Amino acid sequence: MALVELLLSPLPSHVRTARLVAVAAARRAGLDDERVDELRLAVGEACSRAVGLHARHAPDVPVRLTVADDVSGLTLTVSDAGPAAGPVPDDPAEGMLADEPHHGLDGHGDPDVALAVLNGLVDDVTVKTEPGATVVTMRWPLPAGAGPRTTIVAQR
Amino acid sequence: MDLSLSTRTEGDRTVVVVGGEIDVYTAPKLREQLIDLVSSGQYHLVVDMEGVEFLDSTGLGVLVGGLKRVRAHEGSLRLVCTQERILKIFRITGLTKVFPIHTSVEEAVAATD
Repeated sequence: MALVELLLSPLPSHVRTARLVAVAAARRAGLDDERVDELRLAVGEACSRAVGLHARHAPDVPVRLTVADDVSGLTLTVSDAGPAAGPVPDDPAEGMLADEPHHGLDGHGDPDVALAVLNGLVDDVTVKTEPGATVVTMRWPLPAGAGPRTTIVAQR
Repeated sequence: MDLSLSTRTEGDRTVVVVGGEIDVYTAPKLREQLIDLVSSGQYHLVVDMEGVEFLDSTGLGVLVGGLKRVRAHEGSLRLVCTQERILKIFRITGLTKVFPIHTSVEEAVAATD
């Protein structure tokens, strides 16, 4: 198994760093381009959700991101120390249009809308949540024969 | 890539051309731009997203916020977007029902419904 682990201070600018690192790791693992686009948005949603929650509730605690690949596929986790995740809204648009006092006020998005996007975007996503410990896990299959894109030239 | 913003007037519409990445880091810039336009009395906005490379739900929240502001003045906010990877997040969240989405600025500027 190959693993990349990243700890992020809860700053909005680091969410981009997280996207770049996760995309680089996924490409190296051999994920195809269409799924790399999906992963880029997914890791952005999961990390901006976590960063927003930490900024509000645990500003001194880093958000943890891991990207691991093995024969079963690529697994990405984002762990946060915020409050337990709320129910995923059935109609995110309706919630965004309604006057929700917490929405967007501090520059961060709605954590429930982020979860709704993840559910709609990624086929295999699980959210394990309790107060102070939420882990979003997403999995993507890797094409057969995928692996690090390193060419080893045989020496005569 | 960071966020780029420029505005121009076409008839009674204000076209906001957005490029680059709209995420939790850059979305506040877009929100300020939309608030400034509404504060200066421009209530019919066309947001050209053809140059946007990345958009997440934070960015969607800013666009919804802009829509609520112009609606408070009987205004409109139309989007121009043909990129499938950007349209996908509008569909997932159900916002395709909320925003008129056009295939060109010309079409959006001419639209009256």
